Amino acid sequence: MTAIDLGLPALGGLDDVPTTEEPGKAKDYKSDQEVRWCPGCGDYIVLNTVQSFLPSLGLKRENIVFVSGIGCSSRFPYYMNTYGMHSIHGRAPAIATGLATSRPDLSVWVVTGDGDALSIGGNHLIHTLRRNVNLTILLFNNRIYGLTKGQYSPTSDQGMVTKSTPMGSVDTPFNPISLALGAEATFVGRALDSDKKGLSEVLGAAAAHRGSALVEIYQNCPIFNDGAFDVLKDKDEAASRLIPLRSGEPVTFGPQGEYAVVRSGFGGLEVAATSEVATADIVTHDPTIDDPAYAFALSRLDDQTLTHTPTGIFRQVQRPTYDDAAREQVSKARHDKPADLQAVLTGNDTWTVS
Amino acid sequence: MTTDDSTALRASRSTEVTRLERVVVRFAGDSGDGMQLTGDRFTSEAAAFGNDLATLPNFPAEIRAPQGTLPGVSSFQLHFADYDILTPGDRPDVLVAMNPAALKSNIGDVPRGGTVIVNTDEFTSRNLTKVGYESDPLSDESLEPYTVHHVAMSTLTKGALESTGLGKKDAERAKNMFALGLLSWMYHRPTEGTERFLREKFAGKPVLAEANVLAFRAGWNYGETTESFATTYEVAPASLPSGTYRQITGNLALAYGILAAGQQSELPVMFGSYPITPASDVLHEISKHKNFGVTTFQAEDEIASIGAALGASYGGALGVTSTSGPGVALKSETVGFGVMTELPLIVIDVQRGGPSTGLPTKTEQADLLQAMHGRNGESPVPIVAPASPGDCFDAALEAARIALTYRTPVFLLSDGAIANGSEPWLIPNVETLPDLRVNFATEPNATDGSGEFWPYVRDTETLAREWALPGTPDLQHRIGGLEKQDGAGNISYDPDNHERMVRLRQAKIDGITVPEATVDDPTGDASVLALGWGSTYGPIGAACRRVRAAGLPIAQVHLRHLNPLPANLGEILAAYDRVVLPEMNLGQLAQLLRARYLVDIISHTKVAGQPFKAEELADTFTDIITSSNGKEGHL
Repeated sequence: MTAIDLGLPALGGLDDVPTTEEPGKAKDYKSDQEVRWCPGCGDYIVLNTVQSFLPSLGLKRENIVFVSGIGCSSRFPYYMNTYGMHSIHGRAPAIATGLATSRPDLSVWVVTGDGDALSIGGNHLIHTLRRNVNLTILLFNNRIYGLTKGQYSPTSDQGMVTKSTPMGSVDTPFNPISLALGAEATFVGRALDSDKKGLSEVLGAAAAHRGSALVEIYQNCPIFNDGAFDVLKDKDEAASRLIPLRSGEPVTFGPQGEYAVVRSGFGGLEVAATSEVATADIVTHDPTIDDPAYAFALSRLDDQTLTHTPTGIFRQVQRPTYDDAAREQVSKARHDKPADLQAVLTGNDTWTVS
Repeated sequence: MTTDDSTALRASRSTEVTRLERVVVRFAGDSGDGMQLTGDRFTSEAAAFGNDLATLPNFPAEIRAPQGTLPGVSSFQLHFADYDILTPGDRPDVLVAMNPAALKSNIGDVPRGGTVIVNTDEFTSRNLTKVGYESDPLSDESLEPYTVHHVAMSTLTKGALESTGLGKKDAERAKNMFALGLLSWMYHRPTEGTERFLREKFAGKPVLAEANVLAFRAGWNYGETTESFATTYEVAPASLPSGTYRQITGNLALAYGILAAGQQSELPVMFGSYPITPASDVLHEISKHKNFGVTTFQAEDEIASIGAALGASYGGALGVTSTSGPGVALKSETVGFGVMTELPLIVIDVQRGGPSTGLPTKTEQADLLQAMHGRNGESPVPIVAPASPGDCFDAALEAARIALTYRTPVFLLSDGAIANGSEPWLIPNVETLPDLRVNFATEPNATDGSGEFWPYVRDTETLAREWALPGTPDLQHRIGGLEKQDGAGNISYDPDNHERMVRLRQAKIDGITVPEATVDDPTGDASVLALGWGSTYGPIGAACRRVRAAGLPIAQVHLRHLNPLPANLGEILAAYDRVVLPEMNLGQLAQLLRARYLVDIISHTKVAGQPFKAEELADTFTDIITSSNGKEGHL
């Protein structure tokens, strides 16, 4: 097979989307529909954060589209006063791929959940990340099926007792960040629903990324999995569990910075006491490292128990996007050979009957 | 290669020339013998000569089944004539059998007195044993009813190619061109096209080009110089309607129809697909024509391919997806989503034998009920079915018209027989193609004076909803799979609203304007109607001709629109004493029509992976016409 160097330029994720001098305020992004998530649901905070954040992009509101799948979080588009499509269970990345490929002037956002993205839609998620379609994917991970009333999900803890697993789930959970990195994702980030500032920062970088940006949002389900992430929100616990990733800075955490991330065997990473390691051994965070092994090692610090949970941007690298490349082929073909339908229909081998 | 060399193939003949109206030739050999290419070239020669023609390729699903075995046999049948024909022919007048397996699996179709040309080199005891011949059919009496020509094609080809320096194995591969050359001589075919084709095909390998041309000429010269063939045959050009023609397969015509739909609608086309036999060639062809503003997306699965097409439709493109039956099963949920969101989408189903993986390379019409009913809820989808390879072009444009005008997914049901089969095609003038341009919403349309855009406000005539594209200021709206409030389009669980919306969606599809069905009843006194849909047009039409030629009246109606049905169909069905409906399924359309019109349709069905033969349908029709039992008691 012949390989062709596509020679595509690196651009920002929103470069083709029309901007406005008057991007409006958060309230302009609220639709007239009554929000119907359960009281206390983490989705409310994420919705408010996104509505507050979007004006900062300075985009024309009509050029923003939210596409979702099925599940509690997938009701999201109904509450946004943008264009929106509440699609089919698991299929939002596929539908958004068609939209983003045919419309570079749109800022396309996918809203999905752990069941939607990782179970029924797992195939579309990995292939979308692999292709690097210019989309921002918000994965609301509450580690449970909420809309169907409380069955275990692909991110639920092993042994979790739910309606469908009265003796405990025997499934091994996915680590969504590891999965995305294994699928060649070019941008992977994580934030907590309750952390408005941290989430906004990750969202800003994700939107500016040209290519598929996956943002995992730890989101509390107060009905079926309440408190799943409480240890990360507890004042006493959080500081020694959360590992904030800041580009260019040493990866240290703890109330007094007493923990640090250092290299371990086989190219992995591990947590050590800052006082016991040389400063030079502490990893300086760089999400732009081309080798995904580093970001993968970061993702493996978290073993589902939330003992060490990195947040922020794990990986942020440039790679040509599927949609740019697909459009480039069409535009090159049009430039090289104007469409002549009559000539195509006629072909090269004709005969005439008089 | 000079022109002089070429004319050398038009040497004077010492043989007797017989004029024929029509001939059916079948090339059969091992999957690796190049029978499809040989058939294709012989078809092109017939087309270039001006015959009417129809073809039927038949090949195994395996890429290379074990050599020399019965499952590995690949064949190509061509029917060419000096008048307009409708089918690839029931039985071959001439069978070219490249090995014992090809002979064994095809001889049963050759009528007594037919001609059989065999490659004797392959009739070794090992090859005979492999296919279960206990004695050599070339020397026992089993081929007595036929005129058999023994030709050592492999040996002769190797001999002719000695000068090329090719190894024996490579040289022998050109034996299919030897066979083509021999047949081209027998039927006075023009040869320039084939030689040109071979030189272009092997442009990068001049030795192979030369070898194939030499083998082709060797075959021709073998006929010319040996005396084993006493007769050659001429089939005069057919008097088809005047105009410029080309040869076309159904899949090619479908691809062109999609390109044309993009041009005529002035919309970019998003063609999402996943490889599947026998539909993949549509994807292959369209992907060659990106200069038409067509994006092809080979997705990770069937579901993503239709999802991307629908996503693009939401953004203002013409979304198209192509597949076969198993793929339709996977796409069904998205088709239903398209019904709910009322977006244009064309779903091409090139039907094959089912259920499940079934018979990937064989034909069937058994996806009709899947297209009609294969979704959850009340989910009506229009269905268009082309009648012949060339008709696929018009059917694609018609599917696009319905999808765009009524904002709905549309099924286009082709099948394996017309997908790979070919026929002469009167090349359409693009000036005469339909205008498919659409209007997008530009203004808020809320009927309550709120100044908002309501996505489910409908056109009063077509019941189509407004199509507002993302990027249009002030028309921000949300659509989705949940039930919609009539007009405003917000989520609604109101019982009366659901009742209304279900009926509105049905009424929209029922109200699609489709052409009336036309009756072909030359004598005007037929009491039996032969009804059909899709690719059975050819055999049904040919059978009707035979019945009429025997002096019996019969009427024919062929349906292109299966949902909605033509408005006059009920009246037509009621006008005949009996209606017979041949289908390559177990009576799917018959079931729909019986339920709808309460007409006791005689369902004649066949699911052999092969098209109907005109002969068997003519017998069936004749039986029905001549049976004196009135409406009751037949079959």
